[in-house]
Amino acid sequence: MVDKNEDPLTVRTPRSMQAPAGQAATAMPDAIGGTIRAVIDGQTIKVPVGTTILEAAKELGIRIPTLCHHPDLCIAGVCRICTVEVEGQRTLQAACTYPITAPIKVSTSTRTVRQARRHVIDLLLSRHYGECYSCARSNNCELQALAKEYGVEFFRFGQKEHRDHEIEDSSYSVVRDMDKCVLCRRCVRTCIDLQEVGVLEAIGRGDQTAIGTFMNKPLADVVCINCGQCINRCPTGALREKDHIEEIWEAIDDPAKHVVIQTAPSPRAGIGETYGLAPGRALTFEMNTALRRAGFDKVFDTNFTADLTIIEEGTELILRLYNALVKKDPKVALPQLTSCSPGWVKFIEHFYPEYLPNVSSAKSPQQMFGALIKTFYAEKNGIDPKDIVSVSLMPCTAKKFECNRPEMADSGYKDVDFGVTTRELGKMLQQAGIDLPNVPKSEFDDPFGGATGSGVIFGATGGVMEAALRSVVEFITGLKVEDLYEHADIVPVRGFDGVKYLEIKIPDAVGPVPDIIKHLVPDWNWAKGATLKFAVAHGTANAKKIMEDIKAGGKFSECHFIEVMGCPGGCIGGGGQPIPTSPEIRAARARAIYSEDAAYAIRKSHENPAVLKIYEEFLTDGPCGHKSHHLLHTHYTARGKYIA
Amino acid sequence: MLVTEQDRLRQDIDALVERHGHARSALMPILQEVQRNYSLVSPYAMQVIADRLGIHPVEVHGVVSFYSYLSEKPKGRYIVRLCRTISCDMAGKTRIARQLENDLGIEFGETSRDGAFTLEWANCIGMCDQGPALLVNEKVFTRVTPAQVHEIIAECRAIFGNQAHQLREGLHS
Repeated sequence: MVDKNEDPLTVRTPRSMQAPAGQAATAMPDAIGGTIRAVIDGQTIKVPVGTTILEAAKELGIRIPTLCHHPDLCIAGVCRICTVEVEGQRTLQAACTYPITAPIKVSTSTRTVRQARRHVIDLLLSRHYGECYSCARSNNCELQALAKEYGVEFFRFGQKEHRDHEIEDSSYSVVRDMDKCVLCRRCVRTCIDLQEVGVLEAIGRGDQTAIGTFMNKPLADVVCINCGQCINRCPTGALREKDHIEEIWEAIDDPAKHVVIQTAPSPRAGIGETYGLAPGRALTFEMNTALRRAGFDKVFDTNFTADLTIIEEGTELILRLYNALVKKDPKVALPQLTSCSPGWVKFIEHFYPEYLPNVSSAKSPQQMFGALIKTFYAEKNGIDPKDIVSVSLMPCTAKKFECNRPEMADSGYKDVDFGVTTRELGKMLQQAGIDLPNVPKSEFDDPFGGATGSGVIFGATGGVMEAALRSVVEFITGLKVEDLYEHADIVPVRGFDGVKYLEIKIPDAVGPVPDIIKHLVPDWNWAKGATLKFAVAHGTANAKKIMEDIKAGGKFSECHFIEVMGCPGGCIGGGGQPIPTSPEIRAARARAIYSEDAAYAIRKSHENPAVLKIYEEFLTDGPCGHKSHHLLHTHYTARGKYIA
Repeated sequence: MLVTEQDRLRQDIDALVERHGHARSALMPILQEVQRNYSLVSPYAMQVIADRLGIHPVEVHGVVSFYSYLSEKPKGRYIVRLCRTISCDMAGKTRIARQLENDLGIEFGETSRDGAFTLEWANCIGMCDQGPALLVNEKVFTRVTPAQVHEIIAECRAIFGNQAHQLREGLHS
């Protein structure tokens, strides 16, 4: 393949020496060593061997357009938008896949390159059902942006005017519109590589290729966990969440309905992005005002039930430990796994159903709140629960599935009527003409009131663990968390490492058993000197690693409590959060959440006065008591991975 | 002991995996053998294979849907593939096609009711100098005349009848 006239310096390395797709190309130099000179558009840069042209250009501040490329995913090189001219190469090269292994001279915007890119875009448009006005992704579509950037003013190769596919909306969470698909395979790489769920793949060959599910079954019938990560990475409107905006407006406009909304912590850190703000600015209290202006009767803080989850789930953990260690009950399943993330819950139901006894029976905060609104709140305010429309604002598409689970009706009604995503709410507020970033701030509504910092950090990976530890450590040792960790920041569980591990040694001096769980555990003597082991994982690919390790009897099988979040980064990277997403964006959102935590006066779930009050007034038999079991706990379904 | 069809398929696949290994790269040979033995790769087979190789069923489906020699729907015991590209066309492929359809009583893309034959078009099979050419399973026939079509089919039918008979014997013994 090497051209005889080619500059000997630019001879390509054999395939076996190239950086493998899916690995950061910069991992290569350690093996080979050294840097190499690249000249891109006349600018010179020295880069480690194996760096791609795209990365080198980025270093120089030269923008090469991309479409199939995504910072979270392995390299595919299928769309050819990033073509560049490489001196000595006969044809144009894809900048995203071309590793620099010898001195190289690249031009990124010659006439040939521009024309080729324009052709690529024209070809993509010829197969794209471009109903931009009515598309959910209008103004946030990478294909639309590219067409504008490259000055597409007519359809050179025609335009797709009729649908070939039906819109597939069998799932409660994800809607697929394959007429808008440009076959970039970002969703495939997300589903198979990033999340390791394996629902989407390119099916067929040549011009018959389409992204499909196993045997092209409806999404609701396959092993989809509804995490929505594919939506976050789709460049066009081919994937989107199932939209409930109209139903909610209808409920708001109906004077007979009492419409309440609970808002989770992560959307506050993300919703600003739907208004064009830079990631990382929380709009918590502005959003409260905006929601009331939009017509919601009450605005509650999901953090309240996040705190409640900590008490319930923490008590469950203490009970499991007590029953296993003191009563020597062999049936106790440890480690206890968290159950807040509905994507993760469906993942374990499909892929590790034998470990369902390990999953905490505590409902997620959304569902706890749903059950309380239609019982406790309805009773207290004399409202007929059938007139309450309970909406929850979540960063999550799987929450839509969760609230439609048949078992989630312990109040006697559907506990949560609609789960809306951050993106949908952003649209609703814009429809209502509300300039969210500039409205005055206001507080959450009673009787659930404000929350604690522990509830807020549920949004980031490690947050549930940190919140649980703040309470469990104080319960058992009788010490203040602040004495053990500065500012009660349990830093080892923070950050974006895929899997985190932490051990805490209980000192020989233990405290008295707090009143709230006194009826369950007589004393802490059994915990003296014990080493409690914890782990945190985010993204189901990391969860899979932990589960495989537990199966093999490895280190994680000795853990006592493991937090798992279905999405990379935790809820702040949820499938309902604004698009785009990247490690930097998720880090910015996490910073917003942790700074909000630091600003709270009360930062531990068990000190939340509203939580203590609800155990006095309503859940009178205490955490994990009869009433809380009825309303706040649930059971799971072993689904298995085989599809009939 | 009662052995269901699924059990048997699973055992067969386990034996194939034993032979070809658990690596992703074992997928193609396993699929080819399953296709050869069962005349299809059923959705259940795809899921078992995926499980044994530690990959996702949808990936197996992607591969099966990509290759025209692998099929999700049952094919006949004999798959007759007639070349439709230009050399064979000029050498008189149309007459052969008509003869095949007449003899088999099916159209291209169909499988005979007894499960003996599937008739398909193939693109160039590299016999351009000896057209019209066709394949019956892995056997190549060149310079085929309508009269030969009759013979080829008759021969296949004879073997198929024999095999069907043996199969019955085997089940009763």
